[in-house]
Amino acid sequence: MIPNDFTYFAPGGLPEVWDLLRQHEGEAKILAGGQSLIPLMKFRLAEPAYLIDLRNVPGMALLEERDGSLVIGAMVREAALERSPLIQQRYPGIYEASAVVADPLVRNFATIGGNVAHADPANDHPAMLLALRAQVTAQGPNGTRTMPLDDFLVDTMETALQPDEVLIDIRVPQPLPHTGSAYLKLERKVGDYAIAAVGVMVTLDGGVCSRAGIGLTNVGPTAIRATQAESFLIGKQPDEATLREAARLAAEAADPTSDLHGPAEYKRSMVRTLTARALRLAVQRAQAGGGQ
Amino acid sequence: MTQHVTLTINGQPYQADIEPRVLLVHFIREVAGLTGTHVGCDTTSCGACTVLVNGTPAKSCTLFAVQVDGAEISTVEGLEQGGKLHPIQEGFFEEHGLQCGFCTPGMMMTSVAFLKEHPNPTDDEIRHAISGNLCRCTGYVNIVKAIQYAADKMRSEQATPPESTEPAMPATPTTPAPTATEAEAVR
Repeated sequence: MIPNDFTYFAPGGLPEVWDLLRQHEGEAKILAGGQSLIPLMKFRLAEPAYLIDLRNVPGMALLEERDGSLVIGAMVREAALERSPLIQQRYPGIYEASAVVADPLVRNFATIGGNVAHADPANDHPAMLLALRAQVTAQGPNGTRTMPLDDFLVDTMETALQPDEVLIDIRVPQPLPHTGSAYLKLERKVGDYAIAAVGVMVTLDGGVCSRAGIGLTNVGPTAIRATQAESFLIGKQPDEATLREAARLAAEAADPTSDLHGPAEYKRSMVRTLTARALRLAVQRAQAGGGQ
Repeated sequence: MTQHVTLTINGQPYQADIEPRVLLVHFIREVAGLTGTHVGCDTTSCGACTVLVNGTPAKSCTLFAVQVDGAEISTVEGLEQGGKLHPIQEGFFEEHGLQCGFCTPGMMMTSVAFLKEHPNPTDDEIRHAISGNLCRCTGYVNIVKAIQYAADKMRSEQATPPESTEPAMPATPTTPAPTATEAEAVR
């Protein structure tokens, strides 16, 4: 399948990217790894007249802990996240999300910035990052803005980016002691989008939950934060009855639609099951000690 | 508007003025005339079009050629060296790792990159590595066996320097396998 014709740019710096975005407002798309955009273009569901590739923009693939945050450059490939000992050891939820994005070949080119900025509710990172209280950094000719991911994800495939802004990086607060995270995905086979998936984060302090995050994938118009389930956990001991009640509240926050993968009620039920399992895993990891 | 693109495919340079919408797989098949790389599903699912881009396996139906301008590409045609099959090709032959053969070029390119990082893989690791490559004939059992065959062969070639087994052949440049610790680090 051949995409519609377009003009391609691969500028060497962000100022040129902003200029191009401004010159071709409404007709240009940013190209990161291309693993979602190119299939859309081949189906002609997307027909941008201009593609602006970020591959020559320096400094966009940083992956490091700095000033209390994990900073993930927008051009960090999924495969790099999956292979990073820092991510494997300190951010198991991000590791688990990276490892279930599409398939290993796609992950060699797909980027986390693309996964987030594409704003597809079926993408795996946003829910996990919501649970981890991630912030995103946008840069444009008028400066740099940082906002919670919650505010960045506006609607299906719609973000808070201005027409001339670029998503630069994603910042995740470094885990406090006794923090655990996990991401669990239900998919029919490798490479599929989630039927439902859940990302959770729990911090324990003196045996009770002092912080909790729960994000849901592909059961609504955007990735969803299950706020009621989160607040329910705070100040409680993470016993089985508590985790089950939190899972029930998370399922209530889901807003799935029926499709070939199953009716909405099935998906809601899967959210409940996955949330309970992910919470048990995150609590175990938190109890195991580290800033995990 | 066309754009000038230069790719090195299996060590040989190819240049062309192409439209930016030309996919890497079409550059390989139509500009370079190397039709060993197959277009299967054309929707990023099947992996029949897998090639190595600077050593990293990628679905060439989901990259524009302009995106990888200047890159080193390896395709199935580059596996055989001096009339001698690559161990992965020998493995697919010996273990009956194919029936119709359509997925085979992609399976082999994914495997070649995987075996460089995992010289002593488990069957599970192999199945995980080829999970982006679909075969509709074999049920994968013989494909896994073929990749294990290649792993064995490549390990024994590493243990025995090529010049001692083939004194008449000039030393062929081979990429050294990573050490055990390097291989661990990427798991």
